[in-house]
Amino acid sequence: MQLYTMLRQIADSWMLLFLFLFFIGVVLWVFRPGSTKTYEDTSKIPFRHENKPATSEEARK
Amino acid sequence: MSNYIKLVVLGLITLISMIAINYARDTAYMVHGVIVMFVAGGLFLYTVRRTDEPEPPAAPQTEYFDSVVRAGVIATALWGVVGFLVGVVIAFQLAFPQLNLDWAQGFTNFGRLRPLHTSAVIFAFGGNALIATSFYVVQRTCAARLWGGNLAWFVFWGYQLFIILAATGYLLGSTQSKEYAEPEWHVDLWLTVVWLAYLAVFLGTLVKRKEPHIYVANWFFLSFIVTVAMLHVINNLSIPVSIWGSKSVQVFSGVQDAMTQWWYGHNAVGFFLTAGFLGMMYYFIPKQAERPVYSYKLSIIHFWALIFLYIWAGPHHLHYTALPDWATTLGMVFSIVLWMPSWGGMINGLMTLSGAWDKLRTDPVIRMMVISVGFYGMSTFEGPMMSIRAVNALSHYTDWTIGHVHSGALGWNGMITFGALYYLVPVLWKRERLYSLSLVSWHFWLATTGIVLYAAAMWVTGIMEGLMWREVDANGFLVNSFADTVAAKFPMYVVRGLGGVMYLAGAVIMCYNLWMTVRSAPAKEAVGTTAIPAE
Repeated sequence: MQLYTMLRQIADSWMLLFLFLFFIGVVLWVFRPGSTKTYEDTSKIPFRHENKPATSEEARK
Repeated sequence: MSNYIKLVVLGLITLISMIAINYARDTAYMVHGVIVMFVAGGLFLYTVRRTDEPEPPAAPQTEYFDSVVRAGVIATALWGVVGFLVGVVIAFQLAFPQLNLDWAQGFTNFGRLRPLHTSAVIFAFGGNALIATSFYVVQRTCAARLWGGNLAWFVFWGYQLFIILAATGYLLGSTQSKEYAEPEWHVDLWLTVVWLAYLAVFLGTLVKRKEPHIYVANWFFLSFIVTVAMLHVINNLSIPVSIWGSKSVQVFSGVQDAMTQWWYGHNAVGFFLTAGFLGMMYYFIPKQAERPVYSYKLSIIHFWALIFLYIWAGPHHLHYTALPDWATTLGMVFSIVLWMPSWGGMINGLMTLSGAWDKLRTDPVIRMMVISVGFYGMSTFEGPMMSIRAVNALSHYTDWTIGHVHSGALGWNGMITFGALYYLVPVLWKRERLYSLSLVSWHFWLATTGIVLYAAAMWVTGIMEGLMWREVDANGFLVNSFADTVAAKFPMYVVRGLGGVMYLAGAVIMCYNLWMTVRSAPAKEAVGTTAIPAE
């Protein structure tokens, strides 16, 4: 089998399925329970540490 | 010790560039040899003077690395004006061919200046804006100083050297004729080195971050850096005819080469001009509006949808060519699906202002950012529409395409960059505020009117010439010659040039305003010195 034909077949089948499922997975992950609270905190990142890097004590684990 | 290694390397580069000047097979290559010789030689002398001297203390990790961002802001503003100026010149060259200047043929004609314009605005203006803002944003959102010390300076100056080499190469005729990838093999290799250093600085900073989560702007910046590295390397696979000359031969040929080129070309739009600038949007709009992004969930879905879809859209540049139909259909379908993430992102940017819409009236900087997101929405609506095969049959090869590109580049990329510059300059130079908000308003209206004139003129002339080209009489003969369309386009070309003049004037006003902000706006009092009243 030619390399081209083989790559086309992989791309058209398993890879397509994998990428599609990965994307659906991302969407489901985003809406996981408890995500709203996490993301509320994450979206405030630009408003912290404006002038100076965080020290080790401040670093959020 | 490291200085000795530097001296050896710089000495060797100087020597090799001298040999290259001697053996050079074409002028462009020789001029590049001279430039590299002077740069490497100058750095050699600079390093010699610092060798075996006491080392300056290492920069403290408790401060952000902002000097390189300041340099990037200056470079962005300067290259912006240069790029817009060349754009205005070539716009008027199309209207008045005498401006191609007979006495300077071979240097100042449209064919030589056009890549100078496109590269100056995309790579010099846009690229510097992306490097500067990504260095600023990644530090603030990771709460960590840039990784790699002076490597960030190497990225900045190395990128400027790339711009100089590319620009001089275009004027002297060194080009591999790939749109937006014109520089020849030796310049491409240099850009690869600089870009990998950029990736290292960015990734290194992400790794040492103090925030547990990677803020969404950094996801966009990172995807931009990684994808551009991949696109650049694959599209520039070529074999030099001689290592002492500019000329190289592409590894791919025919339709494979065309497909690779437009896979590169469209993703330069998708990742350089979209993903990277979305990184800016997701930081600077929340900062200027003083409220977090409308929906963080939407921003994550926006990111993944955008990068999953964009990479497939390239074939829509090759409708009705030797590329198989299935490939162009694939490109067309993915382009249309791109409507979803593009508009999702636009809604996310605009809705960040919900509850703060009054700022539009009082703050011209946020007005600039909002109109840039508006233009993002409009040009990402127009683009998929033009990728539909039937529409493309009319629009392809006409000025409609040029109008579309400029509503995206001037409207979206330009305006969000101006907004970011207006935000950054007072912060980086520790000024209380901008020198003049009314000058920002002038810039805003000049630029907006300029874009409207530009885009409207190009719609009219593009659709007109598309219709003229396909018009046949009762016997099936073409009605118009090519020269007829050129003559008919004259008024619109003048309007387009005027739009460009207005946009350029706005950028010059911005440079003056930013300069005066640094020179004479009141300094911001250092944090911590003022007593904060107990509440």
